Amino acid sequence: MTRAVVRPAEALAPQVHDEVDMSTHLAGLDLPSPVLTASGCAAAGRELDQFFDLTRIGAVVTKSIMPEPRSGRATPRMAETPSGMLNSIGLQGPGIASFIERDLAWLHQRGARAVVSIAGDTVDDYARLAKILRMQEGISAIEVNISCPNVEDRGKVFACDAGSSSAVIQAVRRNTDSRVPILAKLSPDVTDITTIALACVRAGADGLSVINTLLGMVIDTDRLRPALAGVTGGLSGPAIRPVAVRCVWQIRQVMPEVPILGMGGIRTGLDALQFVLAGANAVSVGTMVFNDPSAPLRVHHELQTALAERGFTRLIDAISYAHGYLDREHPASDPVEDDVEAATEEP
Amino acid sequence: MPIQYRSEVVSSRRAGQYHVLTLTAGSITETTKPGHFLGVAIGGDESGLLLRRAFSIHGVQERGVFGGTVDIVVAAHGAGTRWLVGRHRADPLDIIGPLGRPFSLPRDPVSCALVGGGYGSAPLFMLAEHLRARGCRVDMVLGAGTEEKLFGVLEAKRMASTVTITTDDGTLGEAGRVTDALGRVMDQHDTDVVYACGPMGMLAAVAGIASERGVYSQCAVEESMACGVGVCMTCVLPVIGDDGLTRMVRSCVEGPVFRGDRVRWAEVGTIPPDTLGAPDLDGGSR
Ligand SMILES: Cc1cc2nc3c(=O)[nH]c(=O)nc-3n(C[C@H](O)[C@H](O)[C@H](O)COP(=O)(O)OP(=O)(O)OC[C@H]3O[C@@H](n4cnc5c(N)ncnc54)[C@H](O)[C@@H]3O)c2cc1C
Ligand SMILES: Cc1cc2nc3c(=O)[nH]c(=O)nc-3n(C[C@H](O)[C@H](O)[C@H](O)COP(=O)(O)O)c2cc1C
Ligand code: FES
Repeated sequence: MTRAVVRPAEALAPQVHDEVDMSTHLAGLDLPSPVLTASGCAAAGRELDQFFDLTRIGAVVTKSIMPEPRSGRATPRMAETPSGMLNSIGLQGPGIASFIERDLAWLHQRGARAVVSIAGDTVDDYARLAKILRMQEGISAIEVNISCPNVEDRGKVFACDAGSSSAVIQAVRRNTDSRVPILAKLSPDVTDITTIALACVRAGADGLSVINTLLGMVIDTDRLRPALAGVTGGLSGPAIRPVAVRCVWQIRQVMPEVPILGMGGIRTGLDALQFVLAGANAVSVGTMVFNDPSAPLRVHHELQTALAERGFTRLIDAISYAHGYLDREHPASDPVEDDVEAATEEP
Repeated sequence: MPIQYRSEVVSSRRAGQYHVLTLTAGSITETTKPGHFLGVAIGGDESGLLLRRAFSIHGVQERGVFGGTVDIVVAAHGAGTRWLVGRHRADPLDIIGPLGRPFSLPRDPVSCALVGGGYGSAPLFMLAEHLRARGCRVDMVLGAGTEEKLFGVLEAKRMASTVTITTDDGTLGEAGRVTDALGRVMDQHDTDVVYACGPMGMLAAVAGIASERGVYSQCAVEESMACGVGVCMTCVLPVIGDDGLTRMVRSCVEGPVFRGDRVRWAEVGTIPPDTLGAPDLDGGSR
């Protein structure tokens, strides 16, 4: 497959700011770019490679894969909503064996970094997937999608329960090469996201992906019934961005060091910058890919420009920067505190 | 291979209840085949309508004052298409194309019936041209609810050996549906291949009529799409593969054109229980 050269993302940015170092660290991974795709919004990368060079972004996060092939839910599977959409795909996929043979092999051969997202119905499903992936070379990280109903707990979503979340993360950690980082992907549909975040980190997650979709619903007023065949669906897109930024912020407040992959409605470089300033070490671009298939690379360039305009020379200096706002605006009288808060220095 | 292109509206004109938009399309025209579609972004860079709308490519002009251009036929339906029909000459538009798998053309100069429902006739004229160039006979059957919703009757008369028109209300042509006339047209002209584009119900009936006569059919479906490029899995329908297995198949990349005998029409909108990876009978919906 060759690539379209029309409208390279560079052409959109007013100026290229190569002087800003965009590399980042995410849970032990060194990435040349902080912008990744989001699970379920990029398939396994192949289609998007027609629109931009996949090797230039941080990584491709693949669609959550399950042990066996899965047909997904009936259609309609989506409904457009103000600045967003609802989806109820139901994790349609070919199963792990076919994924490894076709998709992972392709990503590897293409030279793109792959973050493999896994999903299961039971804790054992996750353990099985981790075991199978252990034999595979070239996986940058495993993202554990715990926003799935636990069939052993009357369909309660793993991510909504600290105990179930820990059980899944432990099972994956135990069966994964210690050199491969695992990211727990959190649901915002919880009373206190920091509780689940802490539970996942204690269970062995090397980092957190924040956030998955919010459960939503649309009623079709012509047909007088739910718009989606699956009745409810996951809300994504710019509509959820403030919720996502809040989640990243809250987790960063509680865990100053935990690696965070932030996502939820990122459309532009400035949106990505909000996540970085709130504490994200890297970001995923999901739904906006449907609007603009080259969005991940475009967001990378726009973020680079935005950082340059704010005087940052390295992306990593901007991570969590907004958390220091009080100290910057009202410097503490106690000089000892100033030393501790090194971020009071202007970039 | 699809290209994302910053297009401009060259012209927008009314045709019955539809608008025909001519758009600059650069090199998109070079690879466009009949049955391909465009993904059109709605409302500009800050728009709250995020999802691209799909439109069959009605025609291409490879070289002209504006370079390559494409035509699409737009029916104002909801917010997105209403915005689109309000565009004027020189307005910018972000388009992706050509998308999807086009109609496949017969190797031999066979007899073809082309069936269009409403704006579904839009891609059939380019198809007719290509078929004629291969020496195929082309008979067209166009239908709609009412005369205003027919598209391309004059164009059809220029291109096809015969044109049969049906309207539900009898305002033009025969009163009734395209499927009432199709069997007769096929028998009269010894049709070897049927091509169809239109609403799902019509396609299901057309595929059935073709299959009854042992005739090969190609149907362009219209499923709701979020991405149009194959990454989201919203646009699926149950299709029987070469191996006899039913899979939920993406209509944006593996379609929109499918063999009529391969789509499980009656079960579109469901997951037939024998589909690959269908939920266990005891597992309920997942
Ligand atoms: C392959 C293909 C070819 C098409 N060709 C044409 C064409 O040539 N001319 C034409 O007028 N229309 C065509 N359509 C239908 C057109 O895409 C929809 O009418 C349009 O998306 C409706 O958008 P809206 O904002 O006006 O409606 P809304 O109902 O507000 O749309 C809401 C959402 O639902 C989706 N949607 C709604 N109706 C449809 C539909 N019928 N098909 C697919 N998605 C839908 C929209 O894309 C959008 O994401 C085609 C659709 C497909 C899939
Ligand atoms: C169509 C669609 C499919 C998705 N599938 C998955 C999935 O398989 N696994 C997962 O962890 N998240 C999935 N997500 C959630 C996204 O990865 C992301 O967390 C969420 O959409 C918020 O980001 P966004 O607003 O940028 O899309 C999906 C989202 C969409 C829109
Ligand atoms: S519309 Fe996204 S896969 Fe077809």
